[in-house]
Amino acid sequence: MANIHTEHTTEVAPKNKETIKKIWRVTAILAVVTLVEVGAAYVFPRGLLLFSFFIGLTLVKAFYIVSEFMHLKYETKSLIWSIMLPLLFVIWLLVALRTESAEIFQTKFSDETKTEIPVENKE
Amino acid sequence: MATTATIKSPSKSTWSGGQPPMKASYGKLMMWFFLLSDAFTFSALLITYGVIRYSYPQYDPEVHGEVFKFSTEYWPIPDYVFDGVPFLHGLHLPLIFVSIMTFILILSSVTMVLAVEAGHRNDRKDVEKWMLWTIVGGLTFLGCQAWEWSHFITGKEEGLKGVADATKFFGANLVQNQYGPQGFADLFFFITGFHGTHVFSGVVLNFIVFYNVVVGTYEKRGHYEMVEKVGLYWHFVDLVWVFVFTFFYLI
Repeated sequence: MANIHTEHTTEVAPKNKETIKKIWRVTAILAVVTLVEVGAAYVFPRGLLLFSFFIGLTLVKAFYIVSEFMHLKYETKSLIWSIMLPLLFVIWLLVALRTESAEIFQTKFSDETKTEIPVENKE
Repeated sequence: MATTATIKSPSKSTWSGGQPPMKASYGKLMMWFFLLSDAFTFSALLITYGVIRYSYPQYDPEVHGEVFKFSTEYWPIPDYVFDGVPFLHGLHLPLIFVSIMTFILILSSVTMVLAVEAGHRNDRKDVEKWMLWTIVGGLTFLGCQAWEWSHFITGKEEGLKGVADATKFFGANLVQNQYGPQGFADLFFFITGFHGTHVFSGVVLNFIVFYNVVVGTYEKRGHYEMVEKVGLYWHFVDLVWVFVFTFFYLI
């Protein structure tokens, strides 16, 4: 087992006030952003603008969780890129399938593309 | 430029071996790449939700009537499906309960960070305390999930008239759905169920690590890296919930 921990101390180090303060600050940000989302859901009409706002705030929360809680911000650049770059494929999948869903809708529900069902008693 | 060849002294480049090139241990690295694959899985699930949702008509007050009611004609608005809060029966309170669930999971993520922080300081007592709080948070979330599911399955008082026969049916399962198209219920069960499975396995892993902390395994080992590894998994579960919350409940 290779591990990078070379220090094997059993001594308890004192609490770092700064670190703990930072953790709680991130907590406050996550809580406030969630409250803003819920508030916006109650106040503003449903629509593309509101949904874009939600998705934006979701990405803000995701950034804080990944960078601070999962500590990715403090890892080496190569590790950050190894994790973040492949996620671009998700954006591609989203765009591709969002287009596809519009096509499915057209095929199922739109009058222009529906095949005519022969009606027996035409007048 | 001079054309004399200079003999290079053997340099220790980052990738030439003998050291962790990403300055992270093998275990942490593998946890990261597993989580990347898991992120793809959940992305696929949530994108599938979007695809199926937008291949159905959306509720439009001008077409379907001003007052929203459940119908298989269009995709339901989540605010009208998930509007229950325990002990407050019959009130229309969208998003309240699911926000409480979100806070519980975020807080358990915070206690996990504090456990990792205590691990860095070799503070066994503190690691024990924060791990325990994390486990409590996880179990509380699972309890909320159980309530949410039973509420969803039981359904609402008004029910929905069947198309084939005129009997009413209530709630949802994998063959009928009071709230709208069948796909809505199936996706609810699959996505929240898959996330719930992750939470449950996270709680189990957290408990194993907590046990090891208590019996002093990591103290003997000299470091608390295992807490960090399950911590990464636990934060990921929180991260996924943030996305589920947005795409399933808000939008």
